[in-house]
Amino acid sequence: MSSTTQSIGAPSRRLVFSKANFRRRKIVNGIMLSLTGVLTVVALIPLFWIIAYVIYKGWQFISFAFFTQMPRPLGMVGGGIKPSIEGTIVLTTLACLFAIPPGILAAFFVAYKPNTPLGIAVRFGTDVLSGVPSIIIGIFGYALIVKPQGHYSALAGGVALAILMLPIIIRTTEEMVKLVPQNLREGSLALGSPEWKTALSVTFPAALNGIITGILLGIARASGETAPLLFTSLGSSNYSIERIVQVGLATHQNIFQIFLNIVEEPCDSLPLTLYKYSQMPYPELVSQAWAVALILMILVLAINILSRLWVQARVARMQGR
Amino acid sequence: MDSNLKMTEEKPVSQSPIIMPLQPTLKETPPAAGREENLETKIEIRDFSLYYGKFKALGSVSMGVPSNMITAIIGPSGCGKSTLLRAVNRMNDLVPHVRTEGQVIMDGENIYAPNIDVVNLRRRVGMVFQRPNPFPKSIYDNVTYGPKLYGVGRKTDLDEIVEKALRQSALWEEVKDKLNQSGMALSGGQQQRLCIARALAVEPELILMDEPASALDPVATLKIEELMQSLKDIYTIIIVTHNMQQAARVSDFTAFMMIDSPQTRTGVLVEYGETNQIFTNPKLRQTEDYVTGRFG
Amino acid sequence: MPRETFERELSGLQDETLLLGSMVEQAVRDSVEALMRRELNEARRIYAGDSLINENRYRIETECLALIARQQPMARDLRLIAAIMEIITELERIGDYAKGIARINILVGEEASLQPPMELRLMADLGLDMLHRALGAFIARDAETARLIPAEDDQVDALYNQIYRELLGVMIADPATADHANYLLWSAHNLERLADRVTNICERTVFVVTGEIKDLDHSDDEYDPATPVELS
Repeated sequence: MSSTTQSIGAPSRRLVFSKANFRRRKIVNGIMLSLTGVLTVVALIPLFWIIAYVIYKGWQFISFAFFTQMPRPLGMVGGGIKPSIEGTIVLTTLACLFAIPPGILAAFFVAYKPNTPLGIAVRFGTDVLSGVPSIIIGIFGYALIVKPQGHYSALAGGVALAILMLPIIIRTTEEMVKLVPQNLREGSLALGSPEWKTALSVTFPAALNGIITGILLGIARASGETAPLLFTSLGSSNYSIERIVQVGLATHQNIFQIFLNIVEEPCDSLPLTLYKYSQMPYPELVSQAWAVALILMILVLAINILSRLWVQARVARMQGR
Repeated sequence: MDSNLKMTEEKPVSQSPIIMPLQPTLKETPPAAGREENLETKIEIRDFSLYYGKFKALGSVSMGVPSNMITAIIGPSGCGKSTLLRAVNRMNDLVPHVRTEGQVIMDGENIYAPNIDVVNLRRRVGMVFQRPNPFPKSIYDNVTYGPKLYGVGRKTDLDEIVEKALRQSALWEEVKDKLNQSGMALSGGQQQRLCIARALAVEPELILMDEPASALDPVATLKIEELMQSLKDIYTIIIVTHNMQQAARVSDFTAFMMIDSPQTRTGVLVEYGETNQIFTNPKLRQTEDYVTGRFG
Repeated sequence: MPRETFERELSGLQDETLLLGSMVEQAVRDSVEALMRRELNEARRIYAGDSLINENRYRIETECLALIARQQPMARDLRLIAAIMEIITELERIGDYAKGIARINILVGEEASLQPPMELRLMADLGLDMLHRALGAFIARDAETARLIPAEDDQVDALYNQIYRELLGVMIADPATADHANYLLWSAHNLERLADRVTNICERTVFVVTGEIKDLDHSDDEYDPATPVELS
């Protein structure tokens, strides 16, 4: 039956497709698939190359001693990066402490009352802050804490990193809170729960997955920053929590004072160490820098992977699997 | 054929709607087993209007909801059924710029009076929503959420409450071994029954249901309908439904609402009476057109 | 137009009811004619034809049930279908009366000695006219007319009384004719019952329009104090 008189043309009555057409379609399909595959590989090449190269250059220096020893004086072989690790941990902890509570609270506020002057201001401010170069934040930390105190400190570094983390946390949390269905909130309110309690017991747990992801992303970023630390915690190869604690105990200081001591000293951090060592004329230290690079990379990878796995497990538990 | 129909009366919509007769009319319908001669009114809505800013969403609604009965509110979409339902537990307060006139009286008190404790109101008036909305917590925690709000702390008390509520909502047998599983892991019908159990756990007097079965499959729907019949003995139920046959199956009294004109789009109560009468011999033309499916 | 299919099906049901009505009308008319003219073949035909009436009635009833199940009719639609189901039952009974008269015709036989009273034909005409108008009122949803028709039952009853007295007189005068006279009396009785059935149909019409079921018929005139039966 001829279909030439119709504009679109009725579908062919033959159930078997015409061979030529079919082959052509198959070829085009194949080309597009291959192209996509090739481009994907191309996009992934830098990632895997970096990982491979860094592993190659750095793995020989990884050892237990590397993690637990203090650095040797310049020129000598061996030594570890204990202060850098401790410093990174302290800085990141401080940054979390300073950034997470205000960040989450601000995000809730913006999600609940987006059209108030304060809400608009916070949103705008967050957007701006996320675009500020990290070195400027470092200078801000310098002006805010280092200058009045008269010395560099981990505290200042923590504050600077916190400011860095803040926009990430606020933005992710706000999005996640907005994603919680209105339904859920109404269900709680209909039971007689006041708005704040609903936010705490229902909305917050419902958004928690996303919030955690945001926090982890913020941590991943903060632990890798160098510029803001140049003006705040400076870097010190002398930093040792053990030492501070011992000194504190010996001079009968209480916990609070010991804690204060820990954060009031300038401290080292992994990215900072990486930068310093890579600039040194000592080949020993340059090799150590590679090792540090490897550690940093593993850290970032681990945080990302772990956060994904954690969220997946939580979601699976939610759905009863 | 239609033009030859001789109806007994035809009133324009804007005139005052039928007020519920507080006694059942025994003439047409034989008295149901156990129905008392005089019905108590649980909620009386008097000349109640509601505005969202300038928009008048409800226009002078007056009706009395009898205790221990199921009252259905039907009508075409957008006629204000859900708004009226939410007016009873003041959920409309969540919408900005809302304003009300008239009274909604429960047990002698106007719930829109300025000094009313809305939290307590929402405890006495429970609500079940169209899409099941269990919290992302365990089944146990879902049900105990309400009681914990009101100070119940001891585990034995909570356990008792959980079992009672889940039994009442016909879910106990299915979940008694997995109370710690997440509430969201249940099927749609089970989730809705969980939401009902959650509402029952705070021992309300009145339960509002906003199209509770519209998101469920037919089997789950029938289960919910059976459940409503069993709950009727203890609670008063008001249900909004767009499914007329469901209203006919399930309710004792039916209220029919419509918008008064396409320009103003204000929801008004057109006719209110016993379900039997509304569906076999409605008094007003608009009601009959709606229940016979000739419009809307 | 909303519910077009449903409207069409309802309309079809009404047409079929009317059709059944005219089948039944025809059957009664023919059976009375056959009785008056003693046409036994005709009577046999009518007798056999009753099964067709029954078949039709059951078919309509089944369609009504199907419509209820499928379309969930409410309010006036529901009342209409319920009324149709009642009316076809009444019509089927009237059909049985026609069959009864035909049977009497056969029983009485050709060499019957008695001439059937002329009033029988008159009763039939009156009753069938009432039936025709009642069905018309039903289709037109005319409650007013429907309310007025049952009153005409009086005339039919009066005719019945007349026939009763006449035949009674014949029986007393010539006891040998008792059998035959009884059969004729029974035919008259059937026609009187026909009018009662029409009253029921009128009640259903009022029900469809108003939703109320009210008794429209007058009390049984055998006991009507206004017109006592006199034995002459």
